[in-house]
Amino acid sequence: MAFIQLSNVSLRYENGYLAVEGVSLSIAQGEFVGLVGPSGCGKSTLLRVISGLRPPSSGEATVHGQPVRGPIASIGMAFQNPTLMPWRTVLQNILLPLEVSPQHKWAFRRNPQPYLEAARELMASVGLSGFENARVWELSGGMQQRASLCRALIHQPEILLLDEPFSALDAFTREELWQAMQVLYLQRRPTVVLVTHDLREAVYLCDTIHTMSSRPGRIAYTRRVEFPRPRPLELTYQDDFAHIVRELREQIGGMRTQISTLRGVGP
Amino acid sequence: MRRTQDTLAAVGATLGLFVLWELAVRLFKIPPFVLPAPSQALEALRPVWGAVLGHAWQTLWTTLVGFALAVGAGVLLGAAVGTSRPLNLALYPLLVGFNSVPKAALVPVLVLWFGIGTVPAILTAFLISFFPIVVNVATGLASVPPELREVLKVLGSSRFEAFTRVSVPFSLPYFFASLKVAITLAFVGTVISEIAASQKGIGYMMTSASSQFNVPLVFGGLLVIAAMGIALYGVFALLERRLVGWAYRS
Repeated sequence: MAFIQLSNVSLRYENGYLAVEGVSLSIAQGEFVGLVGPSGCGKSTLLRVISGLRPPSSGEATVHGQPVRGPIASIGMAFQNPTLMPWRTVLQNILLPLEVSPQHKWAFRRNPQPYLEAARELMASVGLSGFENARVWELSGGMQQRASLCRALIHQPEILLLDEPFSALDAFTREELWQAMQVLYLQRRPTVVLVTHDLREAVYLCDTIHTMSSRPGRIAYTRRVEFPRPRPLELTYQDDFAHIVRELREQIGGMRTQISTLRGVGP
Repeated sequence: MRRTQDTLAAVGATLGLFVLWELAVRLFKIPPFVLPAPSQALEALRPVWGAVLGHAWQTLWTTLVGFALAVGAGVLLGAAVGTSRPLNLALYPLLVGFNSVPKAALVPVLVLWFGIGTVPAILTAFLISFFPIVVNVATGLASVPPELREVLKVLGSSRFEAFTRVSVPFSLPYFFASLKVAITLAFVGTVISEIAASQKGIGYMMTSASSQFNVPLVFGGLLVIAAMGIALYGVFALLERRLVGWAYRS
């Protein structure tokens, strides 16, 4: 049943800092999962465990029932920075995974044509058509992040790991990218793990949201979001949506103490 | 359009300097054995034109051989120092210490080992120009953002693929920047050695001219070296714009 399974995962860094402790999670195939929480709660660390970039200190991560040991095939990843390579054009950046992924590189070298078409299609679905030969710096931050999403998806990964990819964008661009992300998700149905500290973003995009507490990072609360897809952006201004956001916010905590410290500052 | 303007500015500034120099010498009536005017320096080159060309060729190829050695050794050592922390810690103090030794002081030693002539000149050019290449290549490789490498690592790429696709292109601008410095330094190395111990090359021509109090010809030699330096710098600047233009977007 579970496609990605974390069993009692703890991770302690070399400097002794315990980033996550005793995290157990199961993620179904095709599920869109959000990990939210304050900064430093180990969200990104969990992503690194799932991706195989970092082995857990104890516990185990499995994908497809196989324990994760080192980077696994069929993962796409997007980061907070677009991390595009300025010496490549936008299209060349998007094609990069095909040049190195052990699953695709031979086929890509032999016959790049179908991949090029796939890349163009992908670019079209996020509104990047016509920028194939543009240089990275000619693109706005939002456009660069779109290209980064295309790169994360070009090799048709089963798992998409998103490490706050929208958090450095302005509010309007961010909402546009949520919609672009939803389109991509509905087209391909990968299993997505989204790390974010934006609760609206999590509720808009995810099927399941796990909030985390910090130091050490633990799963504190889990919430299903049942809104049917495609979800319109107006949904984010409706009461039942706001209700879930508020519920999650309360779980993360820190609201009340803030108000008490603010007392005496007002008029 | 922009390019022609840039070229005009460079040529204009150079000509301006020569005009100033010429005017200063004439106005203050500076005797040519103290400071010859540029016209006198060029005039001194004219009757010995063929010999000057021969010396210039000698200096040029000596410099290029020394420089090529420096590029080869510099890239290898820079790659080692830039990618391995233990090597970095072990070798950097040695490199810095070595670079602090005045190369002119090494020429007599080189002459002692290899005799008067081209070999010490090549080696001096090599020794003086190789340090900036090492440092820049090492710096470039060491400053590759880890996120960029992670992008490849997560895809299951080999270390070699990550190196060729991220580290090498990322550090190319550092490398080219060092080439422009190194090529001009290589000329300095060659000429130092030729002045001290050689019977060929512009450096030799200048020492022998100065022993005959032919100061205009000494300055003529300086102009020839400067011209060759500018020309080779230009070649590498052009290569740089071709190959790593992405790093210098305008």
